[in-house]
Amino acid sequence: METVLRPHARNLVAWAKDKPAVVVLSADLTGSCEVDDFKAAYPDRFFSMGMAEQNMIGFAAGLAREGFEPFVHTFAVFLTRRVYDQVAMQVAYPCLRVRLIGFLPGLTTPGGVTHQAIDDVALLRVLPNMTILECGDATDVETVLDVAHSVPGPVYVRMLRGEVPRLFPKKDPLRLGQARVLSVGTDVAVLSSGICTEEALRAAAVLRRQGVSVEHLHVSTLKPFRDPTVLEAVSKVRYGVITMENHSVIGGLGSVVAELMAEVGVGRRLIRLGLQDTFAHGGSRAYLMKEYGLDATALVRAVETLIGTSLGVTEADWASVEAFVPAGTGQIEAL
Amino acid sequence: MQSPAQVECWSDAARRVAAGIRRRVLEYVLRHGGGYLSQACSAAEILATLYTRIMRLGPSQGPMIPRPFPGVPGPGRPLAGWGGLYNGPRSPDLDRFIFSPVHYALALYATLIEVGRLAAEALEMFNQDGSTVEMIGAEHSPGIEVTAGSLSQALSVAGGIALARKLKGETGRVWVFMSDGELQEGQTWEALMAMAHYRLDHVGIYIDANGQQCDGRVETVMDVEPIAAKLEAFGACVYEVDGHDVEALVAPAERPHPGRPLVVICRTDPCRGIEPLRERAPKLHYVRFRSEAEREAYRAVLEQMEAAQG
Repeated sequence: METVLRPHARNLVAWAKDKPAVVVLSADLTGSCEVDDFKAAYPDRFFSMGMAEQNMIGFAAGLAREGFEPFVHTFAVFLTRRVYDQVAMQVAYPCLRVRLIGFLPGLTTPGGVTHQAIDDVALLRVLPNMTILECGDATDVETVLDVAHSVPGPVYVRMLRGEVPRLFPKKDPLRLGQARVLSVGTDVAVLSSGICTEEALRAAAVLRRQGVSVEHLHVSTLKPFRDPTVLEAVSKVRYGVITMENHSVIGGLGSVVAELMAEVGVGRRLIRLGLQDTFAHGGSRAYLMKEYGLDATALVRAVETLIGTSLGVTEADWASVEAFVPAGTGQIEAL
Repeated sequence: MQSPAQVECWSDAARRVAAGIRRRVLEYVLRHGGGYLSQACSAAEILATLYTRIMRLGPSQGPMIPRPFPGVPGPGRPLAGWGGLYNGPRSPDLDRFIFSPVHYALALYATLIEVGRLAAEALEMFNQDGSTVEMIGAEHSPGIEVTAGSLSQALSVAGGIALARKLKGETGRVWVFMSDGELQEGQTWEALMAMAHYRLDHVGIYIDANGQQCDGRVETVMDVEPIAAKLEAFGACVYEVDGHDVEALVAPAERPHPGRPLVVICRTDPCRGIEPLRERAPKLHYVRFRSEAEREAYRAVLEQMEAAQG
């Protein structure tokens, strides 16, 4: 599997080259949010705001009111919980073109409960005017800025850093409000987002071998959520729908799909994989995803629940599908 | 109408506007049985001096009779900062005004009327359903450019506007009016730290230090003193003045403060000009008349004001 090292770091520098209105704000996590290259390339467009996120949001709002396009970089937890009122009143309400780039979504950090953004989508989804995007691979990371740039209002991006797998062809960019159809099937629909898509791809390969027909969609636009492809997928499958997200099952992808299915009257079962209304703790990504039921095996179990039979998946079946092992697994990545 | 401002000196004009602010707010409160009165008493000279002498603003771009509420901002509804139209056009050389404690909105609307940027009838729309002349105004309300009701946030937005103007090479200044209670918010100090760090010396902050907040005296709710020493320690150029002395209010704005934001601590009296208010101390945040006798005492003050102002 191809992996890309620090795709955002390199992409942002190239992307912002001919966009003088683009400025970057950072709250003492410049290297950790991969904007050190931007700082070196465009020192006049980089603003260190210190460990003061509330003020950083206000400064971003002021810059946006004057025609700049601020890309605010910090960890997703601090961009949401810590500055919720500031984001609501100074960014979302006036519908300003502020781009909130949130790093370490969900369990992608060994930093433990203080660093794990498990409710960021839920929090920002209830803010009017807000658009929410989530990256699932290097191609998403490299193309999400164009999408954010095109939105005439605030955008929150769940961003990936470090070594990121490339799951989707480079020529196939992230598109606003359009899920990627990764496989077509009629038994179960799997809607995955973020890093769960890589897990779901492996599970889907195993499931197909067991004769299960899987419709697999990768969702990158969590708000607005009006994609006809999603509606079609959840409507046509025989057994039911499974959502899989690196987030609480409350308020994120699982909730938005449940709302859609209920509103349209899709009479299918829905299983929501994700954090089951629990906080997590510090550990490796692989350990946490297994512990909290966000990994490929959890998806197979959920499919078994829907179809009502055991598929008898063995270790040999798993060994046959390639897994992405992020660099630094087993060691603590720099926070 | 031949404006007296054409012949009177600026300080007389500022004092006349300040007296008009108190009179209009008292008149409103009497007519409606309640309102934010002490804020007008403490801030009248500050607002009057800002609008008549300190700020370089162009003519109002807003309608004299405010529009009804146009809806909230959204994609394709570019209403952000609409209330700022009353503070003149956006121009590189002109100043901007960020009004932070929007609970003072009634005093601000009275100011805009006194300086000819708003029709007197606008006060009749105050706090009426569907109106933009809201009790705690937002950025669609006359004179209010930033939705500032969650206190201390506007200072950071002013910092961002000031930084943007510096990047664009604009020469206009950014003025902020705020209250002393907002010094209790941590974000205030984050904003000051950042303004000093980025040497935003085209920012000028006037603080109405009236010593009052919702629960009562600031010193009993959560003491913020010594304000001046704290502000200086955060990198501001600080002046402390009598907030009812228009000459003293103007002086700091005319002195250079290279590399540092200017902060003027205006020591004010929240009962200034309306003596019956003193009986309510220390609860002055919002006044609602308790008896007809109390209302009569305020009515007598209004009559004195009207006689004095002609």
